[in-house]
Amino acid sequence: MVASSSMFFAGCSKLPEIILQSDDQNAGPGSPGPAFSVETVLRAENISKAFDGHVVLRDVSLSVMRGELISIIGPSGCGKSTFLRCLNFLEIPDDGVVTIADDTIRRNRGPWKAKDEAQAHQLRAHVGMVFQSFNLFPHRTVLDNVMLAPRVVKRTSAPVAEAEARDLLDKVGLGAAALRYPGTLSGGQQQRAAIARALAMRPEVMLYDEPTSALDPRMSEEVLGVMRALDEEGMTQIVVTHDMRFARAASDRTVFMEGGGIVESGDPDLMWDNPTDPRTRAFLGSSLR
Amino acid sequence: MISFLIRLALCLASLLPAAGWSAPVRWASDGTSNVPYLFHDPADQSRMAGFENDIVTELGRRIGRDTEFVQNDWDGLIPGLQRGFYEMVIDGIEMTPEHMEALDFSKPYYVTSERIVVRRDQAGLDSFERLGGHTIGTLKDTLAERMLRERADVTLRTYDEESNVFADLRDGRLDAVLIDGPIALYYGEADPMLRLVGPPVGQLSYGIAFRKGANVLLRQKMDAAIESMVRDGSLHRILARWNLWTPEMAEWTGDHAEPAISPDEWTRYLNAIRKSQGMKARMERYVGFLPLIFRGALMTLAVSACAMCLAVLLGMILALLRRYGPGWAGLLAGLYIEVVRGTPLLIQILFIFYGLPAIGVRLSPFVAGVLGLGLNYAAYEAENYRAGLQSVARGQMEAATALNMTHTQALRYVVVPQAFRVVVPVMTNDFISLLKDSSLVSIITLTELSQTYVRLSSTYFDYFGTGLMVGAAYLLLGLPFVRLAKMAERRLAVSERRSVRN
Repeated sequence: MVASSSMFFAGCSKLPEIILQSDDQNAGPGSPGPAFSVETVLRAENISKAFDGHVVLRDVSLSVMRGELISIIGPSGCGKSTFLRCLNFLEIPDDGVVTIADDTIRRNRGPWKAKDEAQAHQLRAHVGMVFQSFNLFPHRTVLDNVMLAPRVVKRTSAPVAEAEARDLLDKVGLGAAALRYPGTLSGGQQQRAAIARALAMRPEVMLYDEPTSALDPRMSEEVLGVMRALDEEGMTQIVVTHDMRFARAASDRTVFMEGGGIVESGDPDLMWDNPTDPRTRAFLGSSLR
Repeated sequence: MISFLIRLALCLASLLPAAGWSAPVRWASDGTSNVPYLFHDPADQSRMAGFENDIVTELGRRIGRDTEFVQNDWDGLIPGLQRGFYEMVIDGIEMTPEHMEALDFSKPYYVTSERIVVRRDQAGLDSFERLGGHTIGTLKDTLAERMLRERADVTLRTYDEESNVFADLRDGRLDAVLIDGPIALYYGEADPMLRLVGPPVGQLSYGIAFRKGANVLLRQKMDAAIESMVRDGSLHRILARWNLWTPEMAEWTGDHAEPAISPDEWTRYLNAIRKSQGMKARMERYVGFLPLIFRGALMTLAVSACAMCLAVLLGMILALLRRYGPGWAGLLAGLYIEVVRGTPLLIQILFIFYGLPAIGVRLSPFVAGVLGLGLNYAAYEAENYRAGLQSVARGQMEAATALNMTHTQALRYVVVPQAFRVVVPVMTNDFISLLKDSSLVSIITLTELSQTYVRLSSTYFDYFGTGLMVGAAYLLLGLPFVRLAKMAERRLAVSERRSVRN
């Protein structure tokens, strides 16, 4: 269980963290993983982004250890979604450096060229993403949704891709819905299918952009359950969310953003019980009520 | 699909001109509405009849070569000759000074005059001088037209089709018709409502037209053959059988004999059109039309289907370029769409068929028709697809990008298939209107449904019954696609309902 290990370093997110690897996710052949490892899997440095002169992000930095579950919270318009989308270059940051695994992209105001897009393509291979509105492909069955990217991008053979897709669907509890079309599923089912779809590309980091905002509480719970299970398997996850209960109970670390920057980050229990910044206190106070 | 392509290729191949020196002499005429020159035998629609047909056959026999008839619209006859589609044109082409400057002519094979035709009850219009103050109809670009133009006291109406001239005379829109002798006889005298009056007006000669400076040897052989036909009286015999031997011919050939030749063909024609008056005869005739209408419908379908394939493909490329391509390509695509949508389809088709040869691009009528329709509809399809692409939510492209698909992969597997569903109903409707617009390719010598209609109806002056038949053929062709459009719309509605439910 990852959450317990980071408790020791509550409020000290800048320090390297020692994380207990609870499974063999990183222990590939030839590199027998140590039982304890200190590994930064994602690092964003000084990310800035403006839309038409309106500054949305100002020098935002965040390092994420392998296996961490990080919740990013904050009021609407604080830039948290934009920050998340900058991590896999769905939004192109104006400035800053993003490193994921061993791929690094530096931005320095220049135009976004085909060469940069090729780099982003490489970097995105490490990242999966889940959207608020699911964005499943409505013209394909759930199974096809999950199989499509491995087939097209990785050229995985159909039988292998299907076997893996069915495994993933079983894992998110949708084994029986494999041949249905997204339009016939409930929102919770669709979001779980979207998670399976992202996992099919074997990402090292999963990004969630308000994954439960469009769902009622019961359906949210289905989705959050899947995310908790992934956390236990050691998946690195970054979640932009309005679900304060989840942010507090499930995350290893909570990041509070406001006005295009990170105000405070650290152990959720400490942040809730004893926020250091008055803005955090105000936000948590209002959202608790 | 593959067998369709093979059939298409065969169809295209058969449209290419045959090569080789021993090929038959290709001669062109407009066999629609062209009694008694050249027309589809009323008794047997698949057989060509007419005095020019008889003359050509005899001329071919005399120079020892087969002859092959090429159908072309009157307006396209000379352009086609200039383009080398065929060696000669025989269609009552007058040997006027203007024509002789632009074309080479054989010796005349027929000399005649203009004649006046009026309604049976009409009196007092029995000479050229007495036409003053009346509305007179004739064919455009004829001696009669030139003579009438000089008469300030005559209201002149010119026509493309003889059958229309006489229809207007019967309906009282014209007071009289001044027209080439053979036409006056076969349309006027043969019609119980009309009659030929007064003395001949003017004099004109028909010659075989060749491209200026081309086929000189063939022309000389034809001259010799015509002379020999005059000498041995065979030209006289042919014309007499058609009741077309004229005092002008006697004058020109010096053959004043009056052999007892019964006007078989004239009588045969009279019987054929009289027989076709009764209801039963009409019905029988309509049944006889069916194979021709079926063939016309096939051609309409082939042209439309090929054009639609082209339009879909090119339209897709244009739409993608416009939305996702580099700036300059999008601009070009936009320009193409504006130009094509801003100019008439008719002009585009004529330009492709008759205009492009000026820069060395010669296309068969079928290919030109498909290109004209396809390039035009591509612009409309492009706009249709653009709307379709816009209807696919932005999130779809993002989801595909996040899954590490390239732009092209995202388009191919995610965006385009979804846009397609939105686009299909519109596309089906477009195909139905393309089916109807394909009637325009009849002007570049393709015998499709509309051309079949003009031809069949003008032979019998029966625009009504034939029109109903051809209209029904169009409806039947379009019906499957109307149903397809309805089905597609229903499916789309269902999938939208599903998404709304959640």
